[in-house]
Amino acid sequence: MSTSTPFALLANASSVPWAEIPVWPAEEFVHATASELSRGARLCAWFGVPEGPGTRLVAVLAFDADNTLAVGRSEPFTGSYPSLTATHAQAHLFEREVWEQHGLTPAGHPWLKPVRRTAGNAPANGEFFRVGGPEVHEVAVGPVHAGIIEPGHFRFQCAGEEVMFLEIALGYQHRGIEEALAGGPHRATLSQMETVAGDTTIAHATAHATLMEALAGTEAPLRAQWLRAMALELERLANHTGDLGALAGDVAFLPTSSACGKIRGDFLNLTALICGNRFGRGLVRPGGCRHDLEPARAAQLLERLKKALADAEQAAGWFWDAASVRMRLEEVGIVFPAQAAEIGLVGPAARACGLVHDIRYDHPAGWHRFAQAPVAVWPSGDVFARARVRSLEIQRSGAYLCEQLTAPPDDGLRLELPPSAPDTFAAALVEGWRGEVCHFALTDEAGRFRRYKIIDPSFHNWMGLSLALRGTAISDFPICNKSFNLSYCGFDL
Amino acid sequence: MFIFDTIAHRLKCGCQTMVWPNGPAPALPDRHGGALRVDATKCAEGCNACVPVCPTQAVTRPEGKAVALDLGRCLFCAACVEACPQGAITQTGDYRLAARRREDLVLGGPGLEETRLAAALDEKLRKLFGRSLRLRQVSAGGCAACEADTNVLTTIGWDLGRFGIQFVASPRHADGLLITGPVTQNMRLALEKTYAAVAAPKLVIAVGACAIAGGPFAGHPEVSDGAAAVVPVDLYIPGCPPHPMTILDGLLRLLGRLEGR
Repeated sequence: MSTSTPFALLANASSVPWAEIPVWPAEEFVHATASELSRGARLCAWFGVPEGPGTRLVAVLAFDADNTLAVGRSEPFTGSYPSLTATHAQAHLFEREVWEQHGLTPAGHPWLKPVRRTAGNAPANGEFFRVGGPEVHEVAVGPVHAGIIEPGHFRFQCAGEEVMFLEIALGYQHRGIEEALAGGPHRATLSQMETVAGDTTIAHATAHATLMEALAGTEAPLRAQWLRAMALELERLANHTGDLGALAGDVAFLPTSSACGKIRGDFLNLTALICGNRFGRGLVRPGGCRHDLEPARAAQLLERLKKALADAEQAAGWFWDAASVRMRLEEVGIVFPAQAAEIGLVGPAARACGLVHDIRYDHPAGWHRFAQAPVAVWPSGDVFARARVRSLEIQRSGAYLCEQLTAPPDDGLRLELPPSAPDTFAAALVEGWRGEVCHFALTDEAGRFRRYKIIDPSFHNWMGLSLALRGTAISDFPICNKSFNLSYCGFDL
Repeated sequence: MFIFDTIAHRLKCGCQTMVWPNGPAPALPDRHGGALRVDATKCAEGCNACVPVCPTQAVTRPEGKAVALDLGRCLFCAACVEACPQGAITQTGDYRLAARRREDLVLGGPGLEETRLAAALDEKLRKLFGRSLRLRQVSAGGCAACEADTNVLTTIGWDLGRFGIQFVASPRHADGLLITGPVTQNMRLALEKTYAAVAAPKLVIAVGACAIAGGPFAGHPEVSDGAAAVVPVDLYIPGCPPHPMTILDGLLRLLGRLEGR
């Protein structure tokens, strides 16, 4: 593949003047995007920018092998355009979202319905795909779930135990984050970025801060970039360990379940050692970081980290050693590699289908330009693979931290950002523990946000859970769900 | 073999549950800072350095009046502590923060320097819930952090079950709700229905800045600025998210199991 493309090229964590992004009439824009997707580009984002009485479509593509992003836009228009989903399924949710937000109708979209529903209109009130037949029954779950988790609605079409189809209706968590960003950044913006998905605070805050730095035409001091990378891996360790424990709990394997519950807390406490907050709130700031990791603190962190990593290794060892565990995970909830590529899966869920994508490696920004961990991949696409990839990433993130913590750069922690450039488009992608966290911003003539688009990895991946359930027993839903462990609020925004 | 390994591990580790409340509480991280304290008498005339730095407008100082800090809205970022030239707002390092009444979280004024900690339930409710409390958790726009730090109480280090407190899978099995998130418009109906499904007498506990006052999302048209807009709240536990120690302390305080502490 070569990146000779009519789209404007853009590296991760950089910006391009809005005027330099090529423009097509709507129908030609869809064709141009489709032809790039057909030769292997991935659709990172597809969203609308209102202009006058109409709306422009914007596409951000990732050419992973070439380590570059590309962006294009349409002329402003109203009404309908030929659906991209008809040829490229990875656009399905993006087109529904644009239709819901801006009223542009993708003609030929196979399942056009709202993504979130707003203003108190409960998502479960919508129409659902139904399977007919005398033996078929429907199971509805949620929005309030049995455990201590976020709300969402699942609608299963079953024949006996077997799930024929699962449709997921989200939107219960919609807090209006993107709308609130217009004209920003505001006083509460950073706190909102830290809570887009509260278990992914570092990844979202880093993406936002990086975007602000790109708009200001600068970057944070290296020490801050290093510290963000360290915190990002701690976030990954905590969540992956929690997920392994949750999977162990769901297959009634208590040793790993109870050990991981505690070790997850040990990792969260390491983040709190850096900044006081177990989720990393208050650490990342546009222009740098707010707290430093001084040598004595770094030494303490490293010592506690090694202990927690050894504990995690032991707990994972019991898990993989038990044939009764492996048998519960193998060949359950399979997503095939071709499906994964077609729907645009990201993160560990994609890597568990053998797809080698990782923003830290494909589109390195910040500290990952200088130091990377090997990408963890497993080919089988089942619950086993998703657990295995997490287990591998715990080892690799751990090794990466142990190596990188010893050699911090020494150049200050934070700089005062110059004002954001006007009429500029910027992109920042971060590989969070669930996959790529994408933030895009377009500024107005005063350098304020004209449009801010956030794509949590869950936006790509909920469809993966849906596919994993096809032909699977409904009693295996809990382990399938835990193996993805997607964010509701990150999706609902 | 994992079987021998896990048994050996259990023997080696012994009991991993913290000794508190029968011993000292685990220390908060040094940079956490804990509860805030406001001594408005230290404020300089006309100074309002702390007001514009607060991301959630938790700090106010109306013309001619004393500074007021609402811990219900507070994210505990300590930007006000850094900004105050007089040292009027300080961190106490105290994990205890829960209050029964919303106004007990507003600091400032004489005698109101710190949170007025939650009083226990009355005799009758203590008799009902004091040794066995079943809660249904409803996340209504929560970001998964308050949820995670509530969930952690059920792990071996905290072992919430030893106090007779348990999270259950149906409102019909519950004595009350523990609510997180600012209550989005889309969750409002589900929350109302869940509350209605719990048999009376029932308790409502709001955990985190969002559930108390909308947190960073206060004022958005898509949220209700906290649980109290929808259901009556019996206990407020501030934080973003509250440290697990703060949540556990709040629950036990409500049940009257920390009298005199």
